[in-house]
Amino acid sequence: MSYQGKFRVWRGDDSGGALEDFTVEVNEGEVVLDIIHRLQATQAPDLAVRWNCKAGKCGSCSAEINGRPRLLCMTRMSVFEESETITVTPMRTFPIIRDLVTDVSFNYTKAREVPSFAPPKDLAPGEYRMQQVDVERSQEFRKCIECFLCQNTCHVVRDHEENKEAFSGPRFLMRVAELEMHPLDTADRVDQAQDDHGLGYCNITKCCSEVCPEHIHITDNALIPMKERVADRKYDPIVWLGNKLFKR
Amino acid sequence: MPELERHSFDVLVIGAGGAGLRAAIEAREHGMRTAVLCKSLFGKAHTVMAEGGIAAAMGNVNSSDSWQVHFRDTMRGGKFLNNWRMAELHAQEAPQRVWELETYGALFDRTKDGRISQRNFGGHEYPRLAHVGDRTGLELIRTLQQKIVSLQQEDFKEFGDYEERLRVFQEFTVTDLVKDGDRIAGAFGYWRESGRFVLFEAPAVILATGGIGKSFKVTSNSWEYTGDGHALALRAGASLINMEFIQFHPTGMVWPPSVKGILVTESVRGDGGVLRNSEGKRFMFDYIPEVFKDKYADNEEEGDRWYTDQANNRRPPELLPRDEVARAINSEVKAGRGSPHGGVFLDVSTRLPAEEIRKRLPSMHHQFKELADVDITAQPMEVGPTCHYVMGGVEVDPDTGSSSVAGLYAAGEVSGGMHGSNRLGGNSLSDLLVFGRRAGAGASEYVRALEQRPAVSEDTVTEARATALKPFQQEGGENPYTLHMELQQSMNDLVGIIRRQAEMEEALQRLEKLKERAQSLTVEGHQQFNPGWHLALDLRNMLLVSECVAKAALLRTESRGGHTRDDHPSMDAEWRRKLLVCNVSGDGVTVEEKPQIPIRSDLLDLFDRTELEKYLTAEELS
Repeated sequence: MSYQGKFRVWRGDDSGGALEDFTVEVNEGEVVLDIIHRLQATQAPDLAVRWNCKAGKCGSCSAEINGRPRLLCMTRMSVFEESETITVTPMRTFPIIRDLVTDVSFNYTKAREVPSFAPPKDLAPGEYRMQQVDVERSQEFRKCIECFLCQNTCHVVRDHEENKEAFSGPRFLMRVAELEMHPLDTADRVDQAQDDHGLGYCNITKCCSEVCPEHIHITDNALIPMKERVADRKYDPIVWLGNKLFKR
Repeated sequence: MPELERHSFDVLVIGAGGAGLRAAIEAREHGMRTAVLCKSLFGKAHTVMAEGGIAAAMGNVNSSDSWQVHFRDTMRGGKFLNNWRMAELHAQEAPQRVWELETYGALFDRTKDGRISQRNFGGHEYPRLAHVGDRTGLELIRTLQQKIVSLQQEDFKEFGDYEERLRVFQEFTVTDLVKDGDRIAGAFGYWRESGRFVLFEAPAVILATGGIGKSFKVTSNSWEYTGDGHALALRAGASLINMEFIQFHPTGMVWPPSVKGILVTESVRGDGGVLRNSEGKRFMFDYIPEVFKDKYADNEEEGDRWYTDQANNRRPPELLPRDEVARAINSEVKAGRGSPHGGVFLDVSTRLPAEEIRKRLPSMHHQFKELADVDITAQPMEVGPTCHYVMGGVEVDPDTGSSSVAGLYAAGEVSGGMHGSNRLGGNSLSDLLVFGRRAGAGASEYVRALEQRPAVSEDTVTEARATALKPFQQEGGENPYTLHMELQQSMNDLVGIIRRQAEMEEALQRLEKLKERAQSLTVEGHQQFNPGWHLALDLRNMLLVSECVAKAALLRTESRGGHTRDDHPSMDAEWRRKLLVCNVSGDGVTVEEKPQIPIRSDLLDLFDRTELEKYLTAEELS
């Protein structure tokens, strides 16, 4: 059942680094994170990796395996051939701290820029009433475990550092959509999405949805509907004229 | 020596799970300059792993529910060893804490009339758990995280600085609490990323560090659960109670080996899932203990009817408290009626339509599909007990969360008393919110009343730094990973779900040796993001806490809740009146008996006398 697997793991820090080769034991049922842990315990005790729950629920162990953004704890070794060399590298969009650990503070900055839930003023705690069918749209987006793989894969920022300032990325555009679709949120978020969070940069290539470990339909259910609302508001000629005549 | 980074706050919260974040929100709302220190990234705490829900007697699904019923269930679940005042406050305040989450933006599943839906769970008389599918913990943590962001946005508007009154220091480990005489003066620790040391000066510290599961081999707990808060409190002079009580959740994954221990939510059973052995028998009917006979169905037909008609039927025994179910599974496996990988079968596939399973248990469906190649809508799961929760923790004042050390508070899993000898499912998330808020308020009041702030002496800092750097100073010593594995194996085998005197004595001997070897731990590399070093420092805490567990477990010569003695199989009413209190003395742990405060009479009146007779001594009843 066990075999010796071939791994190439990126090691280094913000000043540079390189792929390092390892041969390491692989057992039945293991995931890539198990192998990284075995490397720590046997060959590279100071190999840096970020992880926490090891059950796909916390979104800490994001990295790139053979170039694909994935959670290390949810990538089973059985999807690879035993003879295959498996390459593990840190997420490319964020600055390197060390080895597989990147500086994901970009995401926390963007999170702060999204205005929070604006509760209805006339309802006391305990008086909220919402129908299941109405909460389900936002609930899908709240499944997000903030692994930031969508942020990492999105080409708007992956190869364009200069866009980071204006673009919040799929995770936080989805957060805007989540609040916009919250049955009791009182804020208007349509203009914000376009003007403050850079929704217009997204050209719906769906890469974010593809890498989402929670299988959230980020593009179809969050980004496209937001784009439609923006289009209705900003680019519908009748609405445009109405806005000109009667200032919103 | 590089210059030490220093910060000054009013309240420090160590840990950013549900209890820590709720405490921080409260302290900040009391006007305190508050810092949250957490080992992981903000929003990744172990609370995300909670699946089933938050227990709160809102009565949305069954209007007969009330705080009194919730209180009774909690006391029964803990076999009456609970701190009754905590259980009372918890039952009374949980609904407000849940409703408050909605004002922060939480989106719970709904009832038909638009209120928060509530589901059945083990030990709860009525459907009581507010939930979001089976990812309630994620909802809780994200909601609190977003509330913190919203408070920071308010500060930004007012002061132009998001972190003016509330700041999160993430990927930061606290290695020691700092005192000024008898009272708390702050905390010392390091950035995990850079390894650089930081001193926090603060008159109040709230511990919200969670549990100790990483001392055991098979656990549902993440790497963070190394008993940091328990150990910090001990070393600062506070006492721990109930450390012998450890909850082994009955249903953890057993296969494949690399995921052994990962939790399978109790909601599977709450929503109709049943446990079967290799002969296909629903064995739980054979394991209904005497104290619960009148509350649980003794045949499958009645148990099944209960899901649709709770007024006229008793609940199925799959929903007994966790300690009972875990022991039953253990016995079935021992008797040779286990599943191929050493567990039993948990089956929901023959009980609910596939569509319904995917809707109600989405993360379980996902988890088994991805990690074990099992489709739970078509096949049973294989499950077995896994170390899940420590009932024991810092002895606190129920109303304020204050420990016996001035300025030191604790809330959530790191505190002790609330759950007695066994915690009911769903009572954890509510515990975090109720007592997180109370500790936040308690610490704030303490700080406000202070006439003079404590000061930190330079000697303390030098000493804390030396302790933290020790593993780098030695060569050719022990590998921390090896030591950790040996500790986990010892605790699992010798102080696990079923305990015996000789085995615990053996465990204590091994712990002594491990402690000695831990003196000469060696780590390679440098201080920047070095997991070997991190583990070496965490090991100090795990060893200390493991000693508490083993010593207390050896002393308690009865079986109750999360403490099962093969050599003392029955519950003893005399022991109910006693708490075992752990303190540090020298480099070891001392354990002493302490009498329980008698239950207040109006709370006792909530129970039938016949039921009380099962738990209390004749003297207490007279």
